[in-house]
Amino acid sequence: MKFVDEFRDPDVIAKTAEEIRRLADPGRHYRLMEVCGGHTHAIYRFGLKDILPANIDLIHGPGCPVCVLPMGRIDDGLALAQDPNVIFAAFGDMMRVPGEHGSPLEHKARGKDVRIVYSPSDALKLAKANPDKHVMFFAIGFETTAPSSALTILRAKAEGIHNFSVFCNHVTIIPAIRAILDSPDMRLDAFIGPGHVSTVIGCRPYEWIAANERKPIVVSGFEPLDMLQSIVMLLRQLKAGEAKVENQYKRVVPWEGNRAALKAMAEVFELRPYFEWRGLGFISQSALRIRNSYAEWDSEQRFSVPGVRVTDPKAAQCGEVLKGVLKPAQCKLFGKECTPEHPVGALMVSSEGSCAAYYSYEHRKATAATLAWPA
Amino acid sequence: MAGVKPAVADSTVPKIKFREPQIEMAHGAGGIASRRLVEGLFAPLLYRSAQPQLNDAASLSIGGVRLAMTTDSFVVKPLSFPGGSIGELAINGTVNDLAVSGAKAEAIVVSFVLEAGLPTPILEAEVRAMANAAEQAGVSVVGGDTKVVEHGKADGMYISTTGVGSYLPGVGIDARSVRPGDKVLLSGPIGDHGITILLARGELDFEADLRSDTRSVFPLVQAMAAEAAPGIRWMRDPTRGGVATSLNELARDCGLGIHIFEEEIPVRDTVRGACELLGLDPLHIANEGQFLAVVSPEYADAALNALQQAIGGEGAVMLGEVHEQPAGSVLVTTRYGGSRIIDMLVGDPLPRIC
Amino acid sequence: MCLAIPGKVLELFPGMPYLATVEVAGVRRKVDLGLLENDMPKSGDWVLIHVGFAMSKISEQDALEQMQTLIMLGENEQAMQEVRGYGLEDGEEPPNYF
Repeated sequence: MKFVDEFRDPDVIAKTAEEIRRLADPGRHYRLMEVCGGHTHAIYRFGLKDILPANIDLIHGPGCPVCVLPMGRIDDGLALAQDPNVIFAAFGDMMRVPGEHGSPLEHKARGKDVRIVYSPSDALKLAKANPDKHVMFFAIGFETTAPSSALTILRAKAEGIHNFSVFCNHVTIIPAIRAILDSPDMRLDAFIGPGHVSTVIGCRPYEWIAANERKPIVVSGFEPLDMLQSIVMLLRQLKAGEAKVENQYKRVVPWEGNRAALKAMAEVFELRPYFEWRGLGFISQSALRIRNSYAEWDSEQRFSVPGVRVTDPKAAQCGEVLKGVLKPAQCKLFGKECTPEHPVGALMVSSEGSCAAYYSYEHRKATAATLAWPA
Repeated sequence: MAGVKPAVADSTVPKIKFREPQIEMAHGAGGIASRRLVEGLFAPLLYRSAQPQLNDAASLSIGGVRLAMTTDSFVVKPLSFPGGSIGELAINGTVNDLAVSGAKAEAIVVSFVLEAGLPTPILEAEVRAMANAAEQAGVSVVGGDTKVVEHGKADGMYISTTGVGSYLPGVGIDARSVRPGDKVLLSGPIGDHGITILLARGELDFEADLRSDTRSVFPLVQAMAAEAAPGIRWMRDPTRGGVATSLNELARDCGLGIHIFEEEIPVRDTVRGACELLGLDPLHIANEGQFLAVVSPEYADAALNALQQAIGGEGAVMLGEVHEQPAGSVLVTTRYGGSRIIDMLVGDPLPRIC
Repeated sequence: MCLAIPGKVLELFPGMPYLATVEVAGVRRKVDLGLLENDMPKSGDWVLIHVGFAMSKISEQDALEQMQTLIMLGENEQAMQEVRGYGLEDGEEPPNYF
């Protein structure tokens, strides 16, 4: 696969890993946070931790839109799905997320019309194909995904489709990073920046991290070589005592972002005054809602939504893991009450949540084993 | 009365370990939840032997003759898809369960549960498909049963097949005979069937030139056994849940660590493209025409050769090897030194966007 | 939020200017190009696809440069090791003996 395979070349990966080992000061312990859940997933999928030196710690950030979605929002969405005339459409990521009365898949098993879609435009197509039903698209995601929801609403308006609405849970990345940096227990050296969010917002929004917080940030792609190169760039900055924003993912990320995407978002969305983030609490100006001018396509304005609030059990230490204070295995519930199959807290619920990723890919590895490649 | 065996006392019946209040979709998906249901509810109540071998087929000894017996149900949506249909799956699935138990399928009985309103041409097409598949596989369909349920149930039709087979000489399948150093072989590219079905459902709106790989794997098993029978420790056909689930079952059953070499995993470009687009792992995707084999080091090369020389086995690879660690788990390793544990599937593979 | 894959634009539709068939390793799907309206891709261009929308055009030039930088990483260090072998500080040139 073009633009993918080159960046998975095992020989170049091995060489880049060597360069990292050369650059890393043995007397120093590096704590690098990858913000985006997709990066967390990549780290585990490609086994990157195995080839980094022991003094580089990768701390998993809050960029997992499924993980940070409060359970109450799922219950609200599913409440609307109880109506037999409503088709509940969502990405596959949402399907196993448990609400108080079960996950969307469990509702489907009980006979509710729940559909998996790959794209919000598929949800709109469903609405066109089912004029006697209402399709409610349960939207999640950061700024990578929000423009697609916005454009879909604009298309719905242009085509005069009224049996379609979006239940909007889009959140924005900068307030999440701010919340991490504001946390008193935080001890981070640098950031691996979210590559795909940056295709939309560009690299400027991170400048305050370098200028005010004096932390280097490199906007990174998702292939192993992208992430390793980003780590090289971060180590070089740290070695030189610098703190600036760099773009490793140049082939795809424009420094100024995507104007058309930002325009569509501004047209359809506005910032909520505050929004609850599972594990992080209420953060102001951190989430999007649909403007009144598009109320027709806003599930929350077309239907009365219960406004359920569900608190996580106190024993779940998601907040601390989210901020990098605790490692997944240090949470008391990890691996016992809380597993990917029956998740208790936010970070076990999505396959890219730090706890789920660690559980699935890592925690049973025997440290003693040497993995010899066949001759 | 003399000659009547006393009923088994309640205290000798093993306890049920299955604690879930109701059956969910995941219990049928072939992964962790399925295993819990089988081990926790069915096995304690139905199996009288102390340690039931949860293999693809049961080994029976009737009047001194060893026979293999297996059953399977087929629930597929859509009924027909590129490369096959439910009828072929029903025949090949049972033929393959017998094959990976080291047996040649001799006879199959078929059970239909049909939905009222099912158009006859559709049923006819499936029965033709079954007849063709049976002929190709060299197995006779010797009987069957039909039930019809109300409209709205059975998704058109459900098919169950039960097959009986005779064991190939010299082949003994037992997960407990697997040793560190043994090699893991895979007969060909993975993911074709599951991705074909996913795309055929039409919900995701993708198009690709892809077909299900449904076929009888018996000829390949036979070819491999001809050269390497004494070295074959274990075989399985990785259907629902994929290669990852089958190898995890093996790891659990033998208590050893199964290492897969990532760069050896055979995947067609289109399957790979679909998996990358949808965030799926080919190792979790169902196959209907492939099998895994664990072979001792002395016979592994001969076994692989035999597969590669056989028609339909050209894509066979040495997928990995058995180690002591990580005990009970499956590890995917890369040439540059990275590794990850791969687990059994929980439920069906779901596309993701994150 | 992050699963996005490079795909090749195959054909655009004259009646629907924002729609195109995009291909990833033989898998095809209609993709909405609306987010790239300021710089519409043509057939043969590569775009980054996320949830059925094209997010960005992929620059082959940048990709090539990146690979070259990476490949040179290892070679650069080898060259530096040779220089250090002369007992020189980073940046100094070795004396010209010839």
